[in-house]
Amino acid sequence: MTDLVNAPRPVRPEFRNINAFTDLPSYRLPAAGWVSILHRISGALMFILLPFIIWLFDKSLSSEISFAKFTAAFNVGLWVFPGAFIKLVVLALIWAYLHHLIAGLRHLWMDISHAAVSKEFGKSSAIVTLVLSLSLAAILGAKLFGLY
Amino acid sequence: MTINYGSKRTVVGAHYGLRDWLAQRVTAALMALFTVLVLAQVLLIRGPIGYESWAGIFAAQWMKVFTFTIIIALAYHVWVGMRDIWMDYIKPVWLRLSLQVFTLVWLVACAGWAVQVLWRL
Repeated sequence: MTDLVNAPRPVRPEFRNINAFTDLPSYRLPAAGWVSILHRISGALMFILLPFIIWLFDKSLSSEISFAKFTAAFNVGLWVFPGAFIKLVVLALIWAYLHHLIAGLRHLWMDISHAAVSKEFGKSSAIVTLVLSLSLAAILGAKLFGLY
Repeated sequence: MTINYGSKRTVVGAHYGLRDWLAQRVTAALMALFTVLVLAQVLLIRGPIGYESWAGIFAAQWMKVFTFTIIIALAYHVWVGMRDIWMDYIKPVWLRLSLQVFTLVWLVACAGWAVQVLWRL
């Protein structure tokens, strides 16, 4: 018994004031942690690209001519960017929206239900969020790039 | 009069944060509802989606009013979220304040543009 208590424990890394460059790459996040940080990143991405989103809204709605410009952005390109790049940016926005929406609904559910505030639900709902947002983004992305 | 600043500042019971926390959730629920509404109308379109059918979704007055509400809700929601990010990661006060001012200007400008697009149809 005393041997067990006094047995040397393996040295584990301790994290205090983690450094973004030396510690973060080796810092393993649980599923809920990934959902959380991606919720921030997806939100910030949509904030930065807000003028582009409104530009799409503007061109797609204003007139037949502007609608043609809207579709041309995807097929021909826009300014110095080729169409494939515009599609990639829109795909990133599609993913960001899906992730932000599903992760947000998960938040709302945990605000409403006491049963949902548990370690188990936190993990399972986080995995559902990641799988659902990534697979829906993959399906819509395949459509966007004309795979079907 | 009791001192309510510096180290004596009341940090509880003064609704610091509660209003924004609630507003973020209410605006989120509104935007989720809007998503379902637009998605349902897109899925109801028969055949390829052209200009007429897409613009038709935003043609009705009630839809314009609802979309306007969503633009305002979005701006408020994004303000709360971006302020959270600046408060968490940006420590120097001058930089944080600058970024917060930039966020407000950015959001008001974007909201104005979006409203203009919506109502000149």
